Amino acid sequence: MKNILAIFGRDFKSYFYSPIAYVVLTIFVLLAGLFYSNIFTAIVESAMMQGMRSQQYGQPAQPIDVPGMVARNFFGTLSVILLFMIPMITMGLFSEERKRGTIELLLTVPLTNIQVVLGKFFAGLTFFCCMLGLSFLLMGTLFYFSTPSLGPIFSGYLGLLLYGASLVALGMFVSTLTENQIIAAVLGFGMILVLWIVDAFAGSTGTVMQQIVSYLSVIQHLEDFIKGVVDTPGVIFYISLTVFGILLTYRSVESYRWRG
Amino acid sequence: MIEVENLSKTFNGIKAIDGVTFRVDKGEILGFLGPNGAGKTTTMRIVTGYMPATGGSARVAGFDVYEQSLEARRRIGYLPENPPLYHEMTVRSYLRFVSKIKGVGAKQREPGVDDVIEKCRLQDVAHRIIAKLSKGYKQRVGLAQALLGDPEVLVLDEPTIGLDPKQINDVRQLIKGLAGSHTVVLSTHILPEVSMTCNRVVIIDRGKIIAVDTPENLTSKLRGAERIYLEAAGAAEALQKALEGVPGVSKVLAEGQTGEVSRFHVESQLNQDIRRDLASAVVRGGFGLLEMRTVTMSLEEVFIKLVTSEDHSGVQAA
Ligand SMILES: Nc1ncnc2c1ncn2[C@@H]1O[C@H](COP(=O)(O)OP(=O)(O)O)[C@@H](O)[C@H]1O
Ligand SMILES: [Mg+2]
Repeated sequence: MKNILAIFGRDFKSYFYSPIAYVVLTIFVLLAGLFYSNIFTAIVESAMMQGMRSQQYGQPAQPIDVPGMVARNFFGTLSVILLFMIPMITMGLFSEERKRGTIELLLTVPLTNIQVVLGKFFAGLTFFCCMLGLSFLLMGTLFYFSTPSLGPIFSGYLGLLLYGASLVALGMFVSTLTENQIIAAVLGFGMILVLWIVDAFAGSTGTVMQQIVSYLSVIQHLEDFIKGVVDTPGVIFYISLTVFGILLTYRSVESYRWRG
Repeated sequence: MIEVENLSKTFNGIKAIDGVTFRVDKGEILGFLGPNGAGKTTTMRIVTGYMPATGGSARVAGFDVYEQSLEARRRIGYLPENPPLYHEMTVRSYLRFVSKIKGVGAKQREPGVDDVIEKCRLQDVAHRIIAKLSKGYKQRVGLAQALLGDPEVLVLDEPTIGLDPKQINDVRQLIKGLAGSHTVVLSTHILPEVSMTCNRVVIIDRGKIIAVDTPENLTSKLRGAERIYLEAAGAAEALQKALEGVPGVSKVLAEGQTGEVSRFHVESQLNQDIRRDLASAVVRGGFGLLEMRTVTMSLEEVFIKLVTSEDHSGVQAA
């Protein structure tokens, strides 16, 4: 545990030594902010339009859950933005160690490989949580204007956390494959593109094949969480994907020892 | 303290090292000498547990480096060929981190870091960012890192590579100071290094050990011939004849002459002291003996002789 913390501490701090962290956070805040204000205006506008229309026709106003709709749309957008930010968080985790030869230090001190892998995973996940935290600053404005129901917001964040954990684990694995950070990032994007395509396939569930593909889609599972439902298959899916990514990383690091 | 037996490592079917066997006793400094690509780094990486061997075994302080890897690693301080530094950290925070991952207890950590900073004379740069340091300082930070946790065994891969002569000297003094309390294996492809720092030398070439001995013995014994420098007054050709006539002389090389003074290098056969006979031959021939001394072959020459000879049979591991 102490060993995991040591690796975690150094790796997490190292994010803030390099400009990458600041660039990633800035891009994230800008994108999220832009989309948030768009979503916010669009939904408020349409709600007002609907209100006006119902007044015109003298019908009783349909109750519209404006904050809920904003939150749902924003979560959906966040999931896409995060999908593209995560490779930038994970690209350096192992590739930098290999490039500078510090991996030789990590693998010759009395640490087990799994301690190194977990320390790095939690460093990446924590940085990811910082991004989620920043997004909450935007989401928080909902509480200023209204009283949104907490359930869907909580489950949405839980969903994003699980979703992020699995992508961080997979991104970390990709960073073990090369010494070059940029290649690691590109490979990470490639991996995400595949997940993306899988998701497009899953769009209409019909055949058994499509159902399988739909089960494998990282985005599909998020939808229930965003609707406010914490569903067990989704939780299991993300946790197994995370464990899978961590195991792949572990195997890959183990193989450094054989390849030298 | 270190026992390496019949170690071999194959990369994609190519043997990087083949049947490497040696041992290092407690408190000893062993030099690992060989040209680039000889297999020094590979051997050290196996001994430090970085990579497993294809065959054979290595034990450090009685622990198998593969089977009981963590126990072995706890006892080893390792300076890889490229010092494993995190460039964005300060020297002190880097050393603190390494202490942590080496499992040094929280209380001993700060004194331990102070200690290696002092030993490696890093006081002036302790708060500087590693990226900003000179090559010499970086190497010393690497060495400091290896010393953290006071490991019994130090494995140093080319510790003086890329340093200027003054820095090289500093590092050598530092390593020498570690002898006795630590067991040290260091590798180098620079020959004077081993004669200056090591008690014993392992010479490795193309993955195979071709000699193990003290630096002194290697220079004299393995050489196969002694060499004597001689200056005498008299006709050069007659002198050469006289020298060649001395029993035990294998070769006489004329090194030139100034006025009536001629200079020669005389090589003798193994383990024969021919100086007395040489002197009397010169005097008997009516020449004036001006100077005579034994020239010990440099390790460099021994080395070239060893690695260029097709047949290593004359050189057995001692
Ligand atoms: N990771 C590796 N993959 C393939 N070949 C390697 C690897 N490491 C070393 N070698 C080969 O093994 C031989 C010995 O290399 P090395 O141990 O680095 O020698 P030295 O340290 O004495 O210069 C060289 O021929 C080198 O090319
Ligand atoms: Mg080497």
